[in-house]
Amino acid sequence: MIEAIGERRFWVGAGGVGLTLLAGFCLAAFAMLLASAAASSWPPFAYLMRIFVFTIEQAVLSTLLSLLFALPLALAIARRPDFPGRRFVLVLMILPLGLPVLPAVFGLLEIWGRTGLVNDIGAGLGSTSRLSIYGLSGILLAHVFFNLPLAARLMLKALERVPSDEWRLAASLGFPRFSLFRFVEWPALIRVLPGIAGLIFMLCVTSFTIILTLGGGPQNSTLEVAIYQALKFEFDPARAMILSLAQLALTAVIFWLLRLFPDPEEDRRGASGRPFRPDARPVRALLLDGLTLGVFLIFVGAPVLAIVIAGLGSNLEGLAADPKFWQALRTSLTIALSAGLLATVLTYAMVRAEASLPARSAPIRLLFRFPEFMLLIPPLALGSGWFLVLLRFGMADGAGPILVVLINMGMALPFAARIIAPELATHLKRTARLSASLGISGFARFRIVDWPVMRAPLLTAFSFAAALSFGDLGAVALFGSDNFITLPSLLYASLGSYRSMDAAGLSLITGVICFLLTLPSVRLESARLGEDA
Amino acid sequence: MTPEIKLDNVTIGYEGRRFVYDLALSGGGIVAVTGPSGAGKSTMFHLIAGFVSPDSGGILLDGNGMSGKSPGERPLTYIFQDHNLFAHLDIKTNIALGISPRLKLTPEQRSEISEALAKVGLAGFEKRMPQALSGGERQRVAFARALVRHRPFMLLDEPFASLDEDLRRAMGDLVVELQRETGMMVLMISHDRQEIARIAGRVIEIRDGRISFSDSRDMWLTTRG
Repeated sequence: MIEAIGERRFWVGAGGVGLTLLAGFCLAAFAMLLASAAASSWPPFAYLMRIFVFTIEQAVLSTLLSLLFALPLALAIARRPDFPGRRFVLVLMILPLGLPVLPAVFGLLEIWGRTGLVNDIGAGLGSTSRLSIYGLSGILLAHVFFNLPLAARLMLKALERVPSDEWRLAASLGFPRFSLFRFVEWPALIRVLPGIAGLIFMLCVTSFTIILTLGGGPQNSTLEVAIYQALKFEFDPARAMILSLAQLALTAVIFWLLRLFPDPEEDRRGASGRPFRPDARPVRALLLDGLTLGVFLIFVGAPVLAIVIAGLGSNLEGLAADPKFWQALRTSLTIALSAGLLATVLTYAMVRAEASLPARSAPIRLLFRFPEFMLLIPPLALGSGWFLVLLRFGMADGAGPILVVLINMGMALPFAARIIAPELATHLKRTARLSASLGISGFARFRIVDWPVMRAPLLTAFSFAAALSFGDLGAVALFGSDNFITLPSLLYASLGSYRSMDAAGLSLITGVICFLLTLPSVRLESARLGEDA
Repeated sequence: MTPEIKLDNVTIGYEGRRFVYDLALSGGGIVAVTGPSGAGKSTMFHLIAGFVSPDSGGILLDGNGMSGKSPGERPLTYIFQDHNLFAHLDIKTNIALGISPRLKLTPEQRSEISEALAKVGLAGFEKRMPQALSGGERQRVAFARALVRHRPFMLLDEPFASLDEDLRRAMGDLVVELQRETGMMVLMISHDRQEIARIAGRVIEIRDGRISFSDSRDMWLTTRG
């Protein structure tokens, strides 16, 4: 990119400092893991194997189920480009993205749990046995709840990119429904399916809170949860280390596989005009699509509604009178805003530095894409490394909150990069030469040219990173204590002790705050979904 | 006689190919730069504007060497095919950035912006946003900005390629008018024979990475007719 030399130096320098700090933070954790591994014995192989297999098993099943249920939904929405409430359905497809896991688990339990709606209806119909979702079924249910909408949304995006002439051609050739699927829809989907599957698989492999709350015990541990148990309950750093490395190896393999497939998010072309879909007209098609949509709305909507209803009916005054609640809220907000700010600034500095480097320094440019690669590093592995550092050097109390902020920041980096990087690339492509030819550089350029355009994506990244940190349980589960509680850790405690009145209120409050923080990204996503084209 | 441009055996290797430019022109007027696509027209413009640096040779504008000078420091205005305006800034601000990259303007300079807009036929457009303008109008704004910059050279990189025939004609007339008023040297990449015949005083042809013809329009029309 063309720009003043001083400006290039500044951004490369800023990005370099950020990169060094970030890499140092990660390397310190892994150095500590390796160092403490040498001093101890290995956990039994059968135990490792069992956890490894279960981690993959639940992730494979979650991925398959999510894709299977997402397909008819995406097809139904794609062939009806305007029906009343389509926008609402799209928002509901993006919503789980911002819903923190614990409130969602609470909502799912209200519907599917032992004393939930489904069991109540069953009992009302005379069934004597009650369905229990703890275990694999609960894990799958929650993973599908989160990932089905994601999968459907990405599939819909691919379908909306089919040129409208192709639909016209198919119609003029008189394609029956299945041919339409085989020759038009499937070719559009198959390009993105491996990427979607890989993404969901990755999310399920690194899933922590769902397994911890719905797994139903140590027999259903994944690597992430086993790391936590090894450190927190068995106090076995060696085991935590081995598990962390196994997890890192697994995510590295998935990450590498993911890069072989086209990125389902990357193609940012808008919709290609109104699809010509005479196949949507018959009453049968209408009923089928209506039914598909109805099932989806109930499946995703019911738990969300349950959070709201139970939350409003709970003892909110009691909660408001509890100083512990206020302490947790303050801590959570502080952590979320700090982590969000750090993640945004760091990502911008590194993405901007990458843009400043000439194309020929490709290896260095790749280094500056480190934020994207943070997806590779399991937060729990990072956490356990630093947990061991704290143990060895004995500064456990004050350092906890700082580490939670840093780990949450690290988790949010890939998402911030996804929001900021494409927007900055487009913006620079449009304005770099013009700015250079007018001699606009330095702070003036940032103020006049870059900030007005980048403000929106930066704020979006900030609020999304803050929402992620606000709802996260993983890091605080490791470093939390009686003096260091957040809303999620409070909610986890009350879910565990069956104080479901507290849980209801806390779920609602946590959910609402995260929802508000995610609104900007929901808006960005629905704009990227190409409705405006 | 100014303005004066000199490309002294300027060479550059670019995307696996080699380009050599040797050129000396002086005096105001419109110079059409033509030739097959990929022959090196844009590369020459990018060299003059400072978007790329030559491997060897010197570029002199009005007798001053340009090596080491950033694009913004060179005595020229560059007009692209599109993306000449910042979409998030209004017309007035877009033009003002041509005068001061930090938007520090005197009252005289402010009124100059309105005059420039009037000259390109967009009087009263100060507060409009770029997306509310047609493609031709956006290019007119770019010309207005060129006017307030008072630079002796203007490089037009196929500025009308995305406009229709009638508009191209009107824009060509505008360029002639602006050139007459300012006395600057306009270098303009064009593939349109009629356009060249109508507005250019001189023609440069580039083939296979070097200048293969440089003479008056009339000579070009006779030899290449």
